Amino acid sequence: MRNPLRSEGEMFRLVGVVVVAAVLIFFGAWINTWVGVAVAVLAVAALVWWLMQEPVPGAADPAPRLASGTPAGTHRVLVVAAPGTSSVAVPDRATDVVVVVPALASATEALTGAVDDRRADAERTSLALARALSRDGRNVRGEVGADDPVLAVEDTLRTFGADEVLVVGDEAIADAIRARVAVPVTRA
Amino acid sequence: MVAHAEAHLDHHGEHPPEPHYSSRISPSILGMYLFIGSEIMLFGAFFTAYFFVRVVNGTPWPTPPFHLPVYLAFLNTCILVTSSFTMHWSLQSVKRNNPWGLRAGLLLTFLMGLTFLITQVAEYLRIGFNTSDGSFPTIFFCLTGLHGCHVFVGLTILLFMTIRAFRGHFDAEHHHGVEIGGIYWHFVDLMWILVFLTVYVL
Repeated sequence: MRNPLRSEGEMFRLVGVVVVAAVLIFFGAWINTWVGVAVAVLAVAALVWWLMQEPVPGAADPAPRLASGTPAGTHRVLVVAAPGTSSVAVPDRATDVVVVVPALASATEALTGAVDDRRADAERTSLALARALSRDGRNVRGEVGADDPVLAVEDTLRTFGADEVLVVGDEAIADAIRARVAVPVTRA
Repeated sequence: MVAHAEAHLDHHGEHPPEPHYSSRISPSILGMYLFIGSEIMLFGAFFTAYFFVRVVNGTPWPTPPFHLPVYLAFLNTCILVTSSFTMHWSLQSVKRNNPWGLRAGLLLTFLMGLTFLITQVAEYLRIGFNTSDGSFPTIFFCLTGLHGCHVFVGLTILLFMTIRAFRGHFDAEHHHGVEIGGIYWHFVDLMWILVFLTVYVL
């Protein structure tokens, strides 16, 4: 559905369409009030149908891939793991690691905002993985991410430049992340 | 929204990250959406009252012996719709780096909005009924008055936009203030068309 409030231009376009509808309603009401009401109902239905049919501007364009950089002499790894993951191995050359665990919630939980338990699960996992990885002397921190693994990676890459992304999960998630970030993505 | 388990990392050599919004909508646009959403609910409450008075209770509209100045309201509608065109022209002008088009567009929009409001006040003074004359006048003044308040707010926004335009605050790259104000002005225009159709035409 095309969002008519997206910009001033879109809003102006909507004004134009509504003016045309208003003229039709005006003439309908000239004949009889109920004819005007009928025209108004039809106009609203047509307007909704039109907005539903309209393509969203830019929706067909591929989303820009997020690039990331790191300081010289470091090798930074961003690990994305599902809640409950017990262990993960990172490359030996990794100097800095961030473990991000998405707070995966069901649709009902997300809609009702009942995500506290899911966030607590994610935090427990991120703490455990961060502790395990920091034993090798690396700089490690754990984070709770968004409920979408791709978004969680995007969010983290904005504050943590990474040389690679390590996915503890299935290939589909890795592919989705590859489509959105310009950083090597591998599966653990 | 980030829980740090262990923070040992330093960010030496990194530039500050650019702002990131997970919703992928800029905060100002989102704010305008929420504002317009609340406005729709506010107008919706008054339209519901209109529906109950006119349809459920079957109150004649307008209740005899009163008459609504449809012609005057139609002229006012034309003025407000035209102001949407000048608003759009002003934004197109600034996008093409035409500051005088922007200024002229905003000034015309402001003047037309002011004309609309003055005409509405004049209409109130001569309409011949008051809120104490029954449910029809009450709803009439509530709906048109609520919209008039929005026009006043829109005019205030337009005034600031116009002053800023004359001071050269906007250019082809930086005109967010005009964009946001334009969305609001078109919204006010749309609401008037709805009010005009329901109160004066149907």
